[in-house]
Amino acid sequence: MDVILFLIFAIIAVVCAVNVVVQTHPISSAISLIGVMGSLAVLYLLLGAEFLAMAQIIVYAGAVMVLFIFVIMLLNAGTEAKRGRSLTAQLLGLPLLIAFLALASYFSQRFYPGGAAVHFGAFKGGTAQNIGMALFTQYLLPFEVTSALILIAIVGAVVLARKEL
Amino acid sequence: MNFFLLSVLKAAVVAFVLLTTLAYLQWVERKVIAHIQVRMGPYRVGPHGLLQPLADVIKLITKEDLIPPHVNKFVYLLAPFLAVTMALISISVIPFGTEISIFGNTTWMQLTDLNVGLLFILAVSSMGVYGIALAGWSSNNKYSLLGGLRSSAQMISYELPLSIAIASPLLLVNTLSLREIVQAQTGSILHWNILRLPAPQIISFFVFLIAGFAETNRVPFDLPEAENELVAGFHTEYSSMKFAAFFMAEYANMVTVSCMTAILFLGGWQPLFSPAWGSNYVPTAIFVIAGLIAISHGLNPARRLDRITLPITGVVFLLVGAVFLMPAVQSALIPLFWFAAKAGAILFLYIWIRGTLPRFRYDQLMNFAWKVLFPVALANLLVTGLIVALT
Repeated sequence: MDVILFLIFAIIAVVCAVNVVVQTHPISSAISLIGVMGSLAVLYLLLGAEFLAMAQIIVYAGAVMVLFIFVIMLLNAGTEAKRGRSLTAQLLGLPLLIAFLALASYFSQRFYPGGAAVHFGAFKGGTAQNIGMALFTQYLLPFEVTSALILIAIVGAVVLARKEL
Repeated sequence: MNFFLLSVLKAAVVAFVLLTTLAYLQWVERKVIAHIQVRMGPYRVGPHGLLQPLADVIKLITKEDLIPPHVNKFVYLLAPFLAVTMALISISVIPFGTEISIFGNTTWMQLTDLNVGLLFILAVSSMGVYGIALAGWSSNNKYSLLGGLRSSAQMISYELPLSIAIASPLLLVNTLSLREIVQAQTGSILHWNILRLPAPQIISFFVFLIAGFAETNRVPFDLPEAENELVAGFHTEYSSMKFAAFFMAEYANMVTVSCMTAILFLGGWQPLFSPAWGSNYVPTAIFVIAGLIAISHGLNPARRLDRITLPITGVVFLLVGAVFLMPAVQSALIPLFWFAAKAGAILFLYIWIRGTLPRFRYDQLMNFAWKVLFPVALANLLVTGLIVALT
């Protein structure tokens, strides 16, 4: 059952991700990206990380992507014209893609040989309590540094916006 | 197989009750607003207009379903579907009452209890914004676009104080599961989160309520559909059942926020005071009083028809009151009564405020969210955290 669910949502995620690039209209791309976020959340859920799955939906699908769509609507961005691809992309695109996939599968086989499949419900460390404990004890420094980084980014955005006004 | 059968049965019952509630909520709203404005409200279809929701549904289904030209068809059709799905799905984690047993099977009066139930509701309701934003964008109408923009800005802004207001009672109960949140508030009104020691959450309750009004686009925050500026806002171009879907989503969101307020702050299905002091007789008393009033009015009728209808209504009320005394069903009905009473009181407050307050201006709305509500919620969270940590 969990293998079937994994396959369904992994395929949805990949198709949506490809669709983000293929679509010419920004809103269609953004909707596809929401699809990617949603199916990723389901994959987290299948791995037993309930809190992470909900946080993924609340933060990415619910907040970040709403802002994306808000900005696209505000700028009233239209459809982009498709331009022909460059000669390098036409010639090297497919071979490079195959090479990349081959490398990725080689390294994952090399470093995780015989990795066991994860079963739904096998992992119990995904509750809000576990993540809170990890964040505020073991990973306190990275957590605080990240929050400082986000604060700097917000201040930077305000400074840049003020210059434009 | 028993589990599946039970789940399907529960889901069917909950869906039926929810959809009926949504239809009749609209009737109640029209009636209450009418009486606030000294009118009669719906009166023609059925006694006291009781069949009006049915007539409305038939009207909406049989109306022409128009798709205007130059809309983005896929998104235009997706938006109402998204709005109504995300609005209806939250009911699946709301606990209505305690454990009951039907034909030997014990089950909870709740569809499912997630250990991240609260986050689930936040996630689903944050996805509901897309319905409105995309509807506004895809309609190819400037009023719709403005309505959609306003609503997404408003919902993003008010989601912050809403989430922070939720965080403070969570510090008191230490769980994200809605069932355990209610169980932690067992006892009288003094144990509910709104009045619970050591940190009563009265401020948090009001912040949640106000932000909830804004999240559901209700008066005084109904700027996305301000008809004197925006025609009808984001759903201007929608007709027939697609319009009804947005309408239903708004009412379903109201129900969700009312249930959440009852669960988080008002103790869910817990009674007002302990059963030792006779709280189990409160529903019976209310129905008996209502029945006696109806019968006494029936004995001195103002109109000729009242001689028949009012005593019948009174007897029905007395019978309902008697049902609450039957020990077989009492254990299931009493928690349901308290939950419905609390959620219903909040729903009535929604309607009452719609009949009372004018609409905010847009800049007032944003200033209120960011300069008043957000700091107040944050300060409340800080104080609550300090008190909980020190005790």
